[in-house]
This record gives sequence, structure tokens and C-alpha cells, in this order.
Amino acid sequence: MAVPKRKKSRSNTRHRRSQWKATAPNLVACPTCREPKISHLACENCGTYNRRQVIPQG
Amino acid sequence: MPKPTKGARLGGSPAHERLILANLATSLFEHGRITTTEAKARRVRPFAEKLITKAKKGDLHNRRLVAEVIRDKSVVHSLFTEIAPAFAERPGGYTRITKIGPRRGDNAPMAVIELVAEPLSTATVGATETKGEGAEKLDLTKADAEAAEGAEEQATEAKAADAEAKGDEDAEAKGDEDAEAKGDEDAKDAKDEDAK
Repeated sequence: MAVPKRKKSRSNTRHRRSQWKATAPNLVACPTCREPKISHLACENCGTYNRRQVIPQG
Repeated sequence: MPKPTKGARLGGSPAHERLILANLATSLFEHGRITTTEAKARRVRPFAEKLITKAKKGDLHNRRLVAEVIRDKSVVHSLFTEIAPAFAERPGGYTRITKIGPRRGDNAPMAVIELVAEPLSTATVGATETKGEGAEKLDLTKADAEAAEGAEEQATEAKAADAEAKGDEDAEAKGDEDAEAKGDEDAKDAKDEDAK
């Protein structure tokens, strides 16, 4: 069975893991409630998209 | 070689996929709107719209073709007697998919697919037949929705946006651009209010 020949150094490990990055979501103001929402998705706060009620509230 | 169907494969086998799509379409016609994953919504949309097109023809042959897919007779009846006449004027595009974000548990992107309930709007008709009138009506509705202050400025802005959008032949694309322009104006409004 193939096994690693050398121990991977902390430096190499940490250098590789430094490239794991999260990207910030693209937020826009909801046209109805002004809350920030993710673009192209219905607003989580008021449940509207394009001023149309998509998620029933209450 | 046959071209594969667009979109994700569903279920574990072709038979399972057919059953999933048939059940989703049946639920959609029964309830008018269903919440499902985005992949399933994208697969069921052309499937359901073809069934509605058959229902709009309305003869016995098409009724039998639909009944092969939708096993619930009451749903077939309501599709032919209620849903299809409501879409008599609409040239396709009977359903709407709205993304509602990831689901808890497996983070699957969810969507709402619904039958379009609104009558064929002045915006769409105006874009295809009487472009100028439709644009003016849109401006009026926008002006009403906004505060009285600066409504004229916004109307001119909206007209400019409409003028840009007029180049597009596609009515839906026009609607999208209008909506975006509207959103921009709203953002400006919010900033103005904050400044005050």
C-alpha cells in the first residue's frame, strides 16, 4: 500500500489551509422592508420577492 | 444520439424519477404552489407546463394523455376546468419559481414553484403590443407607490430606465430591468431618508 514518505510540515499544512476562505454573501436592501437580503432570493424578514409575497407570514 | 434532459437526475431510477415528477406536478395543480428543492422545481416546471398546454387543448385525447401522468382524477378535472381556462390568454410561462434560500438540515437550496395567478399584466401586454402606453402605466404605478416628494424625478428616472429597456425584445427581461431600476430607486430613497 502506498504511504507518505515524509511528514508534512506544519508550515506546509498551515500554508495550504490558509487558502480555505469563505466569501461574503452579496447583500442588497429589500425593496419592501429595507432589511439586507441575499440577492435573487426571497427576503427572509418579510418573505417577499419583487414586492410579491412568496413566503406566507404569521 | 438522444439529447439528455436538462437539469438534475432525480430519484434512484428512471421510474422513480417519473414518479417524483408526476407527484410534484399533481401537488402543484392541487395546491397552486409548492415548496421544494430548486433542482426539483427546475425539473418540474417544463413538465407541468406541457401538461397545462395539453389541458388548454381540452379534448378527450389530451385528457387521456394527461391522465397517464396525473393519476388523481379530481386533479385532472380541476386542471381542465379551472387552471387551463385561467391560462387561456397566456402564451406559456404558466409557472413561476422563486428561490427562498437553503433549508435547515442539509442546506439544500429551496424554491417555491407556483401557478402564475395574476392576469396577463399591462406591462407584458404593453411591451408586446403598445409599448409606450405600458411604460407610462408603469411610471404611474411607481409614482403612486413612492412618496409625493421627488416623485417627478423618479418618474423621469424610471422613463430613462424604460428607454434603456425598450431595446430588449423579451418582455420578461424588460420586467426584470424595471424591477432592478425600481430597487435602485428604493435604495436611493433609503439613503435620502437616512440623510434627513
